[in-house]
Amino acid sequence: MTVRVGHAAEAAKFPIIANTLVDDSQIRKNVRHATDVIQNKRANVVAEQRDWQELRLSASKIKEHTLKYLDRYLEQFETACTRAGGQVHWATDADEANKIILELMQSAMAKHGWAREVIKVKTMTSDEINLNAALEAAGIRPHETDLADMIIQLGDDKPSHIVVPALHKNRTQVREIFSRKMDLPELGDKPQDLTDAARHYLREKFLNVKVGFSGANFLVAETGSVCVVESEGNGRMCLTMPEMLITVAGIEKIIPAAQDLEVFLQLLPRSATGERMNPYNTIWTGVHEGDGPREFHVVLLDNGRTNILADKESRQTLHCIRCGACLNACPVYSRTGGHAYGSIYAGPIGAILTPQLQSMKHSQSLPYASSLCGACYEVCPVRINIPDVLLHLRSKVVERQQDMLAGGANFEGLAMKMAAFAFARPTIYRWGQKFARVAQRLLVRKGYIRWLPGMLGGWTAVRDLKALPQEPFREWWAKREVEKTKAATSV
Amino acid sequence: MMVILSWVDRRGVLVLRVSLFITCYNDTLFPKTGQSVVRVLERLGHTVEFPPEQTCCGQMHFNTGYQREALPLMQRMVEIFADAEVVVAPSSSCVALIRDQYLKLAETSGDTVLIKAVKNFVPKVYEFSELLVKKLGVEDVGAYYPHRVTYHASCHLLRGLHAVDIQMRLLRNVRAIELVALEDVEVCCGFGGTFAVKNPDVSAAMLSDKMRAVLNTRAEVCTAGDNSCLMHIEGGLHRLRTGVRTVHLAEILASTEGAEV
Amino acid sequence: MSSNGRKTREMILDRIRVANGDGPATTFAPSPNAEWESLPREYDRRGALDAEARTALFAERMADYNAAVYYSDEDGLRATIADVLHERGKRTLVVPHGFPQEWLTEHVHVINESEFDSASVEDILNVITTCTVAIAATGTVVLQHGAGEGARRLSLLPDYHLCVVRESQIVETVPEVMDVVRVNATRPTTTISGPSATADIEMTRIKGVHGPRFLDVVIVR
Repeated sequence: MTVRVGHAAEAAKFPIIANTLVDDSQIRKNVRHATDVIQNKRANVVAEQRDWQELRLSASKIKEHTLKYLDRYLEQFETACTRAGGQVHWATDADEANKIILELMQSAMAKHGWAREVIKVKTMTSDEINLNAALEAAGIRPHETDLADMIIQLGDDKPSHIVVPALHKNRTQVREIFSRKMDLPELGDKPQDLTDAARHYLREKFLNVKVGFSGANFLVAETGSVCVVESEGNGRMCLTMPEMLITVAGIEKIIPAAQDLEVFLQLLPRSATGERMNPYNTIWTGVHEGDGPREFHVVLLDNGRTNILADKESRQTLHCIRCGACLNACPVYSRTGGHAYGSIYAGPIGAILTPQLQSMKHSQSLPYASSLCGACYEVCPVRINIPDVLLHLRSKVVERQQDMLAGGANFEGLAMKMAAFAFARPTIYRWGQKFARVAQRLLVRKGYIRWLPGMLGGWTAVRDLKALPQEPFREWWAKREVEKTKAATSV
Repeated sequence: MMVILSWVDRRGVLVLRVSLFITCYNDTLFPKTGQSVVRVLERLGHTVEFPPEQTCCGQMHFNTGYQREALPLMQRMVEIFADAEVVVAPSSSCVALIRDQYLKLAETSGDTVLIKAVKNFVPKVYEFSELLVKKLGVEDVGAYYPHRVTYHASCHLLRGLHAVDIQMRLLRNVRAIELVALEDVEVCCGFGGTFAVKNPDVSAAMLSDKMRAVLNTRAEVCTAGDNSCLMHIEGGLHRLRTGVRTVHLAEILASTEGAEV
Repeated sequence: MSSNGRKTREMILDRIRVANGDGPATTFAPSPNAEWESLPREYDRRGALDAEARTALFAERMADYNAAVYYSDEDGLRATIADVLHERGKRTLVVPHGFPQEWLTEHVHVINESEFDSASVEDILNVITTCTVAIAATGTVVLQHGAGEGARRLSLLPDYHLCVVRESQIVETVPEVMDVVRVNATRPTTTISGPSATADIEMTRIKGVHGPRFLDVVIVR
């Protein structure tokens, strides 16, 4: 299995990209505005739902249970879906998934003489496996049909948020992209003008393109059904208009029974877009006579998910229903935007999912891209304890680094070992305090330190540091004890 | 050394023996906070002891991913405080580590003696304001602090210990204080331990928003239950010559009329 | 499935079993059903509103989406539908298989489902359907595309959708609606909560990207 998560393996470290993005005033404004809007809407509809905590608990327990019996539920789904006329395929990794999808499309296109294009409904999984690049290399044109993904595709850009991928673009930028790519020189820049343009542009595709591609929000094991949650209607178009539909879904998208949808369909819309219910949900099972595609394929994707499953502490990562609430709540995400994470999965969930899918070989800076504030855990509808997982992954990163250095140490490792050594020996610790008090004399100006060397320079780059007081607490206490004893004995 | 125990005095009042865990960074950088904890507890009639062998709970190592190195530090902690009845720390992040992670860490060692020791230790540990309000049932410690103050809710206190309300109650009972609400009080200040040096730009971006909120209150003092947050906030406030200072909650509570900390 | 496919399938299932600390698959492995049945479900399954309050809530939610809500009794339904269409200026109507023809007057030009050729569809078409069930709390109508509801494209391609909802079909909560949907769990199912919308441009909510831009409802008491 060669796991690929988009281009995460080649992405620069988080602090480096974040450094640039933090200074981009447009990104800062757009991301902040978007996350604030959804956060407020979310807060309102959650406050309205008096059984919100009970729903979260049930969702978390359902997911936990499902992962425990994941093999059984996947088999059950396969049987039920096949019985209903669908065809189920299995893919270990990105390459295998792309191979299967390409073969299905190419043989159908050749057999029926269809044009070599496909309409796509938003799915991050297809970004994860780099499907579009594989399609284009094989001479098949993919058309993204979600407005934001269209903006991204036509603008040769990358998505920056799970639910609103183009939030880093403002209306003028969108207008410029549409006007250029759709050949509409007179196009206005009001959001209504832009969406009208998109509607018109895509209408023709929806009516004529024979192959549709989607992801899945939920796979229902009991019935073999697939559920897609959306707002714009392009999902309904891609799921029902083409002759052939291919759906790719991570194996963790499975839920046991149709009844379980009652939990997730309450949690997802409120968490993702701050609505009581999103405009459209489509649930279908296999092939429906006279209604929708005549041929339906599901590709069940592993691509590293079984690695995560094997880690008892962090398998809760697989509970994720891709609502994006953690992104909106995260103070780090809202000041950098999604591109800082170098992965289709950004924000808090991205920080734990991206490195884990890749067995911690890449994206090692992501678990550190967090101040551990816990705002994500508070809003997660399936109660993923993201801070705990971050801490766990940090220890895996360090272990990996220590293994790779095989006895040697990098600077941080050495500093940590020295600190641990001192902390374990009070005498050395006290001498360390004394030493720091003396050493700082060169750096202190009017009671403050304004510059520190090396890694500590990260502090003084933007903050002052109050000088170490001359008497640490323990010395004050020791003196006090001496005086108390003197006073007691002199009486 | 004579071992003092908690006892009930003639009036039937509980005199608690409190063991102070000062925390490594308070010890080194904010001794006044520790002195304030002692002052308040003694003023309330309790006995404070300070096991001098203590150093660090291991939070920095644990949070940076060096769990193996944190293990011996945890071991020392539970040994040093083995005879304590009650342990108090003026740091919600350290208490949160102890409460949320110590047992798990002990379990990774497989050492049953250590696991048992940790199980005995954890319930004894209180953050300072938790000790006052939850254990001692005191919300008014007789403090006097005639300044305009705004309060920042540190993340570990808010989401780990769920004790922000407790600190607010203590603050509201301080005489002569003028409390001003901080906008976006629940948003992280951007310290995050080693995050502040590993991701200094994002840390600074978060700090700038927190500073803006503080400055908008026109307060003279920004307070919180954690010097980690305050060190970071003050670092920015001072760098920009805002003239606003930070003071740990314990120091406000220790201040009395004519004897401000 | 190809032999490669079978190998992959076995490999993935195997990895899952190993990750879960299970032994190799056997036919005697415990079924997850018992554990699933005992999962905690303390959330509200039933609503607390009476029929009148439910209907009022449903209408309120519909109005939030700018959907016009009309009321009628069974006898007046034909006239009400005619009035609605007249008010909205709709002269042609796509009508699904099994839709009660007696609800339509001769003033309307009917296009039957069998005549509905999606390749030549223009935006100006209008469709009328019944529904399977509706949710008051969220303002949702649910179609399972049986008689009177039309195949999925019928309620998707036109620009205007008029939905006839019987009061008795309105339930309060999402769990209650799933109870109904589950009766025919493998039918195609579409939930519709207002017209289509996006907030992808500067978080401004815009209606009607794809799918009907206008949705009206007639509640039959």
